[in-house]
Amino acid sequence: MTVGILIVSHSAAIATGTVELARQMAADVPLVAAGGTDDGGIGTSFEAITAGIEELADADAVVVLCDLGSAYLTTDTALDFLDDDARARVHVSQAPLVEGAVAAAVASQTGGHVDAVLAAAASAAASEADASRSSSPSGDQPGGAVPADGTGPVDDVAASESVELVNESGLHARPAAEFVKTAARYEASVRVNGVDAKSLLAIMALALPKGATVTIEGSGPDAQDAVEALVALVRSGFGE
Amino acid sequence: MALDTAWAIGWVRRTAATIDEHRAELVTLDREIGDGDHGENLDRGFRAVLEAVDAASFDTPGAVLKVVATKLISTVGGAAGPLFGTAYLKAAQAAGDATELDADTLVAVLTAARDGVVSRGKASVGDKTMVDAWSPAVDAAGAAAAAGDSPEQVLAAAADAAVTGAESTDPLVARKGRASYLGERAVGHRDPGAQSTVYILRAAVDAA
Repeated sequence: MTVGILIVSHSAAIATGTVELARQMAADVPLVAAGGTDDGGIGTSFEAITAGIEELADADAVVVLCDLGSAYLTTDTALDFLDDDARARVHVSQAPLVEGAVAAAVASQTGGHVDAVLAAAASAAASEADASRSSSPSGDQPGGAVPADGTGPVDDVAASESVELVNESGLHARPAAEFVKTAARYEASVRVNGVDAKSLLAIMALALPKGATVTIEGSGPDAQDAVEALVALVRSGFGE
Repeated sequence: MALDTAWAIGWVRRTAATIDEHRAELVTLDREIGDGDHGENLDRGFRAVLEAVDAASFDTPGAVLKVVATKLISTVGGAAGPLFGTAYLKAAQAAGDATELDADTLVAVLTAARDGVVSRGKASVGDKTMVDAWSPAVDAAGAAAAAGDSPEQVLAAAADAAVTGAESTDPLVARKGRASYLGERAVGHRDPGAQSTVYILRAAVDAA
């Protein structure tokens, strides 16, 4: 299934910039920018949004991400003018624009169904907060920070391995996206340093530098294969 | 005059003129508690509406309102585009094929416009939005029609109530739109959308 993404912003520069940023990690996903008014000013354009949805006509579904209030109003109005079939494949996400767009694009790139793409976008803000909490200094907890719900170790770990991060710039956006794409190929539930290995923004928020130890734990049927593949990917330096 | 097609066209002309006249005031109101583009956006929108109305001929008030809707939606870049655009669109649907609006149809038209704004913007009375002008206008129109007033009188009742409604936004903290980011700092300022609603309804009265 192909899920296209439409970025609606008051600013043409924000819309095209967000598309560029997301495309860096999701080269095959149809991404369209609809930013600014028709005469190049600040605002949102009914025509540009309508044209953007039309441009994504070949996608099986379209996820729309918006910035401030009237971007949603203009998008909703544009959707009202579509016929029912065209409208049914368009989904408006409430996720924050930049984080949501990147997460949605990576989910779409990994072949996610539209529900998975929407969930990835929705989790964008929350996963950043969760990950920074779990990697923050331990405070008065002797065993380190208490992980937030869902960021703890995998139950019944079937496979686990630690490996050193060798690439110069650490686990930044592009390698993190590679990591997520690889993890998403397996059924196994996989955690990397306590966060969901299939959540791009959670991994990015770990902000792991060169030399950091990456602990990958998996559970589920193909956990061993998943952990081996991810360890190999980290060892390879992500081709950098 | 009867609220017929000629009235609807006259309403558009007077609205375009009054928005142009009050453009600076609306810009100032919006600059105080918003992003400052309301007067500019609405002026651009109604200029485009005027061009479109001048270029076509119409058989019903509803047909005029529909053109206003589509032009506002496609040319106003801010929230006012989808909000007023939806109001006119729903109003056009409520007017249907009537060649002249009687008092009851006028109430239905105003109610549909208000409901359109509410469904689009999800605001309630007291949120410091244009709904604070629209809602009392609809209530007053309904009461006037029930009392047997003429369509012109119903329209005047609506416009008068909108004025009071717009004034009621002055002391409010905004709960919707860009002004909601300002918290208490929005207190003491009138909502620009409520004020432009007043100008639009007053233009309808002046055209009658």
